[in-house]
Amino acid sequence: MHHLKFLVILRFKLTQNNMSDIASKVRSIIVDKLGVDENEVTPEASFTNDLGADSLDTVELIMEFEKEFNLSIPDDQAENIQTVGQAITYLEANAK
Amino acid sequence: MRRVVVTGLGALTPLGNTVQEYWEGLVAGRSGAAPITKFDASLFRTRFAAEVKGFDPENHMDRKEARKMDPYTHYAMVTAEEAFKDAGLEGLALNGERAGVIWGSGIGGMYTVYHEFKAFFEGDGTPKFNPFFVPKMISDIAAGLLSIRYGFHGPNYTTVSACASSNNAIIDAFNYIRWGVADLFITGGSEAAINEPGVAGFNAMKALSERNDDPSTASRPFDLDRDGFVLGEGGGALILESLDHALARGARIYAEIAGAGLSADAHHITAPHPEGLGATLVMKNALRDSGLGPADIDYINVHGTSTPLGDLSEIKAIQNVFGQDAYQLNVSSTKSMTGHLLGAAGAVEAIASIKAICEGIIPPTINHFTDDPAFDPGINLTFNQAQNRTVRAALSNTFGFGGHNTSVVFKAYRA
Repeated sequence: MHHLKFLVILRFKLTQNNMSDIASKVRSIIVDKLGVDENEVTPEASFTNDLGADSLDTVELIMEFEKEFNLSIPDDQAENIQTVGQAITYLEANAK
Repeated sequence: MRRVVVTGLGALTPLGNTVQEYWEGLVAGRSGAAPITKFDASLFRTRFAAEVKGFDPENHMDRKEARKMDPYTHYAMVTAEEAFKDAGLEGLALNGERAGVIWGSGIGGMYTVYHEFKAFFEGDGTPKFNPFFVPKMISDIAAGLLSIRYGFHGPNYTTVSACASSNNAIIDAFNYIRWGVADLFITGGSEAAINEPGVAGFNAMKALSERNDDPSTASRPFDLDRDGFVLGEGGGALILESLDHALARGARIYAEIAGAGLSADAHHITAPHPEGLGATLVMKNALRDSGLGPADIDYINVHGTSTPLGDLSEIKAIQNVFGQDAYQLNVSSTKSMTGHLLGAAGAVEAIASIKAICEGIIPPTINHFTDDPAFDPGINLTFNQAQNRTVRAALSNTFGFGGHNTSVVFKAYRA
């Protein structure tokens, strides 16, 4: 819930376009890499507990985010990205 | 020692994507060679190969799984699944601690290595290697994944001896069963080297045929105009069981493994010994291990890659070992049809040998146009047309760069 609130605040800061762009790209990367159904990719969904990712899948996801959004995510930050919502939040705040 | 039988088969080959299609292609004398479709080969000296056709791993597993495997592992999973079902093992409560996987691959994940390196060299030097790079590339991962898929906790590893790899796998599995270490194995091998470095690498060695104007006749073992092998790909899987285990579950038995031989040329990294020394030794060893004499063998599925030197030394070796009995044999190179599946060659040729026993048909050596006077015309090389023959026992040779020689003898099962 905390993340959702944060997203709502972010929504006012960012243009509607930017917002949905980043979130939808993140979702499609997760669908592609984890082979899950799009409707499972909810903000609260944890990569490892809900979406069937193992530790290597998680590393690969972070790398895909870095590639897609042209940024470098430090390891200590990456450790805190464990749900879909956390990924979207981080990327919306940091993507160039 | 315990008797060992073959109870399941699976194949993915340039001639067809199941054992049935593969065998039909062999008997019909079809070629699996055609222009390369996997990459743009227009600047390559050889622009054709024997590719697997119409294969999509996602028809066999989900996309997430498929993405984490190199093509050589796709071929392993799919052929093992066919063999497992064919053996009637699906749904049985097997003792996983007595079941193993020994898989052969000469090269492993070459496609994965190539594409990961390429991405690195094209980047700015920042390493962006995929976390699945190592587990996709390593040549033992197919054996590991098969153990996970089937819950087999017995011996598990990959054999690497270039083009002899999957014969080594079959021989090791055979040994562990007859020694009582395990009761059942998934064995065989797979290879997927039709890619830029694969073709260019073998081209640089002048090992490949360059008959670009006529790919389907390029693999012509024992023909005067043979000019190298045709690169193939795919996989073959066998289920081996102790006879007791097979009988206890009422399994259908294709054939028995009578024995096997191993040797090394100790001569040159890639050229065969000119007098076929290692090849002579390996067939002698295989016969001795089988308790069979030269007159007991009806068919030899030769290594016969269609290279000028290799074909010659192998026939010399057959004449050394079989003497006058060589004239009673049927000899054929199914690589004339499949191309050379490298580390998977032993597995698919074991299947051809076993089917020859079961069906009473010798698959041919196709593409024979001109006799080479170097070969004794008294040797029946089964040119161009399959021949009917009762096969009591068949010997399958595969030899690998490095001078590794392997022979496996299969015989008709008699209680």
